[in-house]
Amino acid sequence: MSETRRILTRLALMLALAAPAALPARDAPPAADDPATETRMTRIAAELRCLVCQNQTIADSNAPLAVDLRQQVREMIRRGDSDRQIVDYMTARYGDFVLYRPPFKGSTALLWFGPAALLAGGLAVLVVVLRRRNRLGADRFEPDEDVDEEPTT
Amino acid sequence: MKALKFVIPLILLVVLVVLLARGLKLDPREVPSPLIGKPAPAFALTRLDDASRTIRRDDLLGRVWVLNVWASWCAACRDEHPLLLDFAKRARVPILGLNYKDQRADGQAWLARFGDPYTASMWDGDGRVGIDFGVYGVPETFVIDKTGTVRFKHIGALTPDVMATRIEPLLKQLDV
Repeated sequence: MSETRRILTRLALMLALAAPAALPARDAPPAADDPATETRMTRIAAELRCLVCQNQTIADSNAPLAVDLRQQVREMIRRGDSDRQIVDYMTARYGDFVLYRPPFKGSTALLWFGPAALLAGGLAVLVVVLRRRNRLGADRFEPDEDVDEEPTT
Repeated sequence: MKALKFVIPLILLVVLVVLLARGLKLDPREVPSPLIGKPAPAFALTRLDDASRTIRRDDLLGRVWVLNVWASWCAACRDEHPLLLDFAKRARVPILGLNYKDQRADGQAWLARFGDPYTASMWDGDGRVGIDFGVYGVPETFVIDKTGTVRFKHIGALTPDVMATRIEPLLKQLDV
């Protein structure tokens, strides 16, 4: 119990120490003046892929393009654009690829249904195999090893 | 029936191998641009060499032109530069440079040092027009037709192969 607590305390300390280092040293994030705008910007940016470093979101990335796009989102929020309009603005320029949750349409059907189809296919094969085995006589299988049995020498 | 049991998994395996091999060859950085077949975004930018003169998208309507996004801080731009210089000598189309997120002085010095293939370069200091064009990796090259429609986009440094097999034939097809 106390061991866990000690580890947690250490972990928290490590994180607290690491956090300032993770922030960019120069140019502090611009315009954090309005927390509501900032929260909404972060929420939208977390749904958008940064094209420079493709496995990060625009909210996470410090690539110059991501910084610019966050600023763009801030400006659009201040202008009173809806979330939809902001996302449309991004897809008009960078394509559906920027969306971490791609829209459902013909070209993405495989993406959405592929895993489920594979799972269903696997289950179907499993059911067929099990049924077929069920119909086989007991003599077709190797007898179970009985652990209670006296060892035959 | 027995043969089928052997052939079906084999076919599945071959299909899988082909798909994976294809996947290995795809470059995940080459994101298809949604701008292809759409009007080029409107812009009005000052010239890199003259802040008092503005170039607008509509100035170029009625002409086929090439847009090349470059910056003095971009290493790959240096790689493709000889190709552009060579292309500029032969080209019958204007080549416009978009000096992306650069300092004016740096951009001008870069052109003075490595040569200037551009009919004109526009200065996009804050990268706003770059964003409108969906630029995410400099250099990028666009071909825009007479109606102002984006016809082609290449991401990354141009290669002799891209020039010969994509850009030159497209320009020919667009009748210049």
